[in-house]
Amino acid sequence: MEKIVTKNLNLWYGSFHALKNVNSIFEANKITAIIGPSGCGKSTLLRTFNRMNDLIEGVRTTGEILIDGTNALDLHADMVVLRKKVGMVFQRPNPFPLSIYENIVFGQRVHTNSIKRDLLDKIVEDSLKSVLLWTELKDRLNMPALRLSLEQRQRLCIARLIAVKPDILLMDEPCSTLDPQATARIEELMRELKNNYSIIIVTHNMQQAARVSDDAGFMLLGELVEFGKTEDIFTRPKDKRTEDYITGRYG
Amino acid sequence: MERHFDEELKDLHKYILKMAALAQEAIFKSVESLKNRDKAQAQAVIDADSKVDELELIIDERCIDLIARYQPMAGDLRFITTGMKINAELERIADLAVDISQRVLEIADKPLLKPLIDIPKLSIIAQNMVGDSIDSFIKKDTELARKVLYSDSEADNLRNLVQKELINDYMLKDVKSADRAVPLLLIARHLERICDHSTNIAEDVIYMLSAKVVKHHPEKLEDKNNGLI
Repeated sequence: MEKIVTKNLNLWYGSFHALKNVNSIFEANKITAIIGPSGCGKSTLLRTFNRMNDLIEGVRTTGEILIDGTNALDLHADMVVLRKKVGMVFQRPNPFPLSIYENIVFGQRVHTNSIKRDLLDKIVEDSLKSVLLWTELKDRLNMPALRLSLEQRQRLCIARLIAVKPDILLMDEPCSTLDPQATARIEELMRELKNNYSIIIVTHNMQQAARVSDDAGFMLLGELVEFGKTEDIFTRPKDKRTEDYITGRYG
Repeated sequence: MERHFDEELKDLHKYILKMAALAQEAIFKSVESLKNRDKAQAQAVIDADSKVDELELIIDERCIDLIARYQPMAGDLRFITTGMKINAELERIADLAVDISQRVLEIADKPLLKPLIDIPKLSIIAQNMVGDSIDSFIKKDTELARKVLYSDSEADNLRNLVQKELINDYMLKDVKSADRAVPLLLIARHLERICDHSTNIAEDVIYMLSAKVVKHHPEKLEDKNNGLI
């Protein structure tokens, strides 16, 4: 099922044309990886899906981003609803300087004026369980989140997203600060999460894209050069530019 | 951008060519030993097989090492995995040359059952098919690989012809001819198997170059739209 469809998507930072006519289909309950060299527009594309680029001055976007059939670029789109539906995990885990518990319920408190404590407790438990942190943290929920390890912080950030029940998880280099073991565990978590969410990951790590994604797209100079099943992209790419990039010949 | 990995791939290519040269030499000498009833040459083919076996292991190890260290993708990955498969095919081809040589040793001292006509023809087809399949690998030539695949039926027909003649005209008429007819029958079989292995190489080359699997899918051979890159 199509989750996100981009149609003739273009984006400019001032006069710099950062996304050029991107047409793509991101399927529900799949992990889609976007790969490409630095500056190719992959993070920009990711950030258009919950309109985080709007925060940058001089940004102009044209085309359509249909999320469940609704154009996210519509001027009247409700940003609160959009960002609740489309959550983002960043390169460096960025928990708030609050307790583990308060980090997870932060979104709930933003979205709902008054909510009962036992309901919040349940959300914290469910969210931590879904990122496989509950067992190790259930007795330390009031501990400052900044005392967690990097991997735990990244899991916590994912739990914080899940708490507001999004549909789509955007991940921008989510493992680049983690060691190989922690990376492997986050990848396992992603595989678990895709049963309930659609995941789009931007990564420089080609092996990670090959391991974890179902579909993959290769971007170069703002253009989505090739998009398809991951196994095809990594064993039989159709475009020479894709071949050159994934085999390390680019540059 | 030239990569250090390219040097490693070139090395692997050289090793596969060396393996191919050894396998081709083994077939050539085994066929010559049959023509000339030359026991010494047949024995030399058998003795040389250990070199082929050694090289097979070296190439396999190299391929595994490259996969582990470089985690190759796309064309690089297809080259290495195809290299491993071609390596195994070449080793089997060399083994079949040994089998032919062993049959030569069995019949060399006995009077020739009949003048050899179809077996030399089959041996020429086998050598050409092996040569072309290796050339298709070297020259990255899918057309040549396709030609190898289309040659296989000719080899099958000749093998059947030899088999029919030896059974009907000799073995069924005179049981005592069996000890001279059976080795010839087996030689035809060995040569036909060599042709089969060269078709496997050709199929592997097509996969390496175009990422198209034609093995067990002969209908895909007709689809010329196989240029990936």
